[in-house]
Amino acid sequence: MTWGCIVIEVRNLSKTFTLHTQGGVSYTVLKDISFQVNPGECLVLNGPSGAGKSTLLRALYANYKIDQGDIVIQHNDKKINIAIEEPRSILNLRRTTIGYVSQFLRVIPRVSAIDVVCEPLMQLGIEREEAYQRAHNMLTRLNIPERLFSLAPATFSGGEKQRINIARGFLSDYPCLLLDEPTASLDAENRQVVIDLIQEAKAKSSVIVGIFHDAEVREAVATNFLNMSSLDYAA
Amino acid sequence: MRMNDSGLDGYNFAYLDEQTKRMIRRAILKAIAIPGYQVPFGSREMPLPYGWGTGGIQITAAVLGTDDTLKVIDQGSDDTTNAVNIRRFFSRTAGVATTTKTTEASVIQTRHRIPEKKLREDQVLIYQVPIPEPLRFMEPREIETRKMHALQEYGVMHVKLYEDIARFGHIATTYNYPVRVNDRYVMAPSPIPKFDNPKMNDMPALQLFGAGREKRIYAIPPYTKVSSLDFDDHPFEVQKWDETCALCGASDSFLDEIVLNDTGDRMFVCSDSDYCEERRELGYKGTQPEEQGDAA
Amino acid sequence: MQHESISLSDHKPLLSVNDISHYYGNSIGCRNVSFDLYPGEVLGIVGESGSGKSTLLKCLSASLAPSTGSILYRDRTDAVHDIYAVSEAKRRMLARTDWGIVEQNPRDGLRLNVSAGANIGERLMAVGARHYGDIRHEALGWLGKVEIDLNRVDDFPATFSGGMQQRLQIARNLVNKPRLIFMDEPTGGLDVSVQARLLDLLRRLVSELNLSVIIVTHDLAVARLLSHRLMVMQRGEVVESGLTDQVLDDPHHPYTQLLVSSVLVA
Repeated sequence: MTWGCIVIEVRNLSKTFTLHTQGGVSYTVLKDISFQVNPGECLVLNGPSGAGKSTLLRALYANYKIDQGDIVIQHNDKKINIAIEEPRSILNLRRTTIGYVSQFLRVIPRVSAIDVVCEPLMQLGIEREEAYQRAHNMLTRLNIPERLFSLAPATFSGGEKQRINIARGFLSDYPCLLLDEPTASLDAENRQVVIDLIQEAKAKSSVIVGIFHDAEVREAVATNFLNMSSLDYAA
Repeated sequence: MRMNDSGLDGYNFAYLDEQTKRMIRRAILKAIAIPGYQVPFGSREMPLPYGWGTGGIQITAAVLGTDDTLKVIDQGSDDTTNAVNIRRFFSRTAGVATTTKTTEASVIQTRHRIPEKKLREDQVLIYQVPIPEPLRFMEPREIETRKMHALQEYGVMHVKLYEDIARFGHIATTYNYPVRVNDRYVMAPSPIPKFDNPKMNDMPALQLFGAGREKRIYAIPPYTKVSSLDFDDHPFEVQKWDETCALCGASDSFLDEIVLNDTGDRMFVCSDSDYCEERRELGYKGTQPEEQGDAA
Repeated sequence: MQHESISLSDHKPLLSVNDISHYYGNSIGCRNVSFDLYPGEVLGIVGESGSGKSTLLKCLSASLAPSTGSILYRDRTDAVHDIYAVSEAKRRMLARTDWGIVEQNPRDGLRLNVSAGANIGERLMAVGARHYGDIRHEALGWLGKVEIDLNRVDDFPATFSGGMQQRLQIARNLVNKPRLIFMDEPTGGLDVSVQARLLDLLRRLVSELNLSVIIVTHDLAVARLLSHRLMVMQRGEVVESGLTDQVLDDPHHPYTQLLVSSVLVA
């Protein structure tokens, strides 16, 4: 199965933060960024800490609001400009099209690991049983012991939490994946699983934008690079 | 007239002044025009406390004419304190004829019962009402209950019945059992036993209800549909007794249980004393001789 | 849950709020509030005490007529009603068939003198249910859904803990499948453990029943967990609105930034 034609196109993107609680100081993190990611490509964001890699990734997920420019997701014949879309369209897009895997898992009290992983599938209308089966396979693949499935991940180790996050992000086969250091606290074995997952997604013509601290992963998955550098504080 | 004889000179016929009676009659007319609707009226201070029938007395005073014959019953009986006093009150202030016979009365004031004998078109039945608002148990705000009546939001009445079934396995409300009048207003029938509810339906006599403390009058015109609220799977039912009246043998009347002695002997007798007496006069006999009942 | 994704692409709003203001004499309750709420959407309203959240919620839930502005509600038949222009009878009918209000204090939203079962059954009876067995069956089903022991069905709500009362109130509101729920600080006054359970339950029910919800809270964590979209209020006005995570993670208005930066992290 492939995703048909999915393309991310970013044009002249700029983002400035203004901190009103700290005397109104402003600093520009992203300025005039343009790029395009085509089906089956994995764009890796490169640059030192503070270069705005995570900010860009969050902007692509509409988690951060951009000040200027366009972020156009073209999926088959539908075109959506995230920069101007209404919240419910963006939520819809997040359900069906864009997945985001961060380094941190936002835990919800009382919700079990397998439910956390299943949720995106259930929201797509997939039957509980099938969703559970797929989540089960994914968690197993990521070497999460079965006894943890029914526990809430609040008490899990950092690596376990991250793998729950990865399972959740990769399970619903999003045509577009945004990965923020998905392998940061993983051991070699699990890192390889993530690399495999990314390669499989690419093979399905997904588009991927990622930040990888780890050179080994970066080299394994990247098809393109975007080099970013710190901007001065002046807005 | 008797008033003059007894030194009550200066008092108006039937105690209330004519303007007050006119006001009450207007309220009654409105009540008849809107069956089951509670009409506010300017309830007067009466020479007896609230709760002793001041609402019923004011209605009786307003409808009574010189040629009327009045019967007053309390719990079905003509000779309990409340009945005796109210009867004497009107015999002294209006000089009207009084009776204990249901068939002879043109105006019947009642507390807690409807006579067993079917009433006629030329009779008026006046109920004493303590709490006229059937929604009060569920909704304490008057402004809200009025709105609920206006909009026929009567679901909460069934909440009360639900509660009965949940608690007792059946609808345990046995008196003041809510009714719907003319398919419109939900009405409190006053604390009559639910045994009497079916009598209200399609009754040839005019039924008037007076609540003195709450200052409300409502009415059921003759031949009006009155249905008791219920559930499909718990239909309305009246009380039944395994016993018959110990004095007259009646099996179709509302029975009172009377404890006879310290050893727990008891007997069941008609609550409607006039009905019971009439049957005995006609020669009907119960299981226990009358003397024994009196001895208790 | 299949319908959720479908309904979000529904392009007709359930509720359209047009320039609502409410004044208490000369002082402002809320001012110039406009937004659309779509089927299946959960809108959070956050802000400090006195910011006008509760006034706005009362206006929206047909409990307090706004001084100016209109609120349009689209019913199941796609007919649109201006909720303060329709007759009171119609408005109250909508309130007990299409809407639900979950009060902060469950004692304000429950009937304390009747059993839990009767509390749940009331809305069914209000719309004409007259079969005791069916009503009770439904009441038991809902007790189960809100995780209250079924043998408490005949107990009075006063004998319930705060968390149970709140869950009972939710069951009472949801029993006849309303489409729009208003909640005022539903987790206020509950222990955190009880709060977590309630939040989890709400989250599940909202998505299972495809409810539209307007939830007022001063707790940003609650807002993040439950709502798709946020409106931040200050001094009666909406100062910022948007996707929940966008507003909380990238706040723009000085007041929102203050609000977000003031949260204590455990």
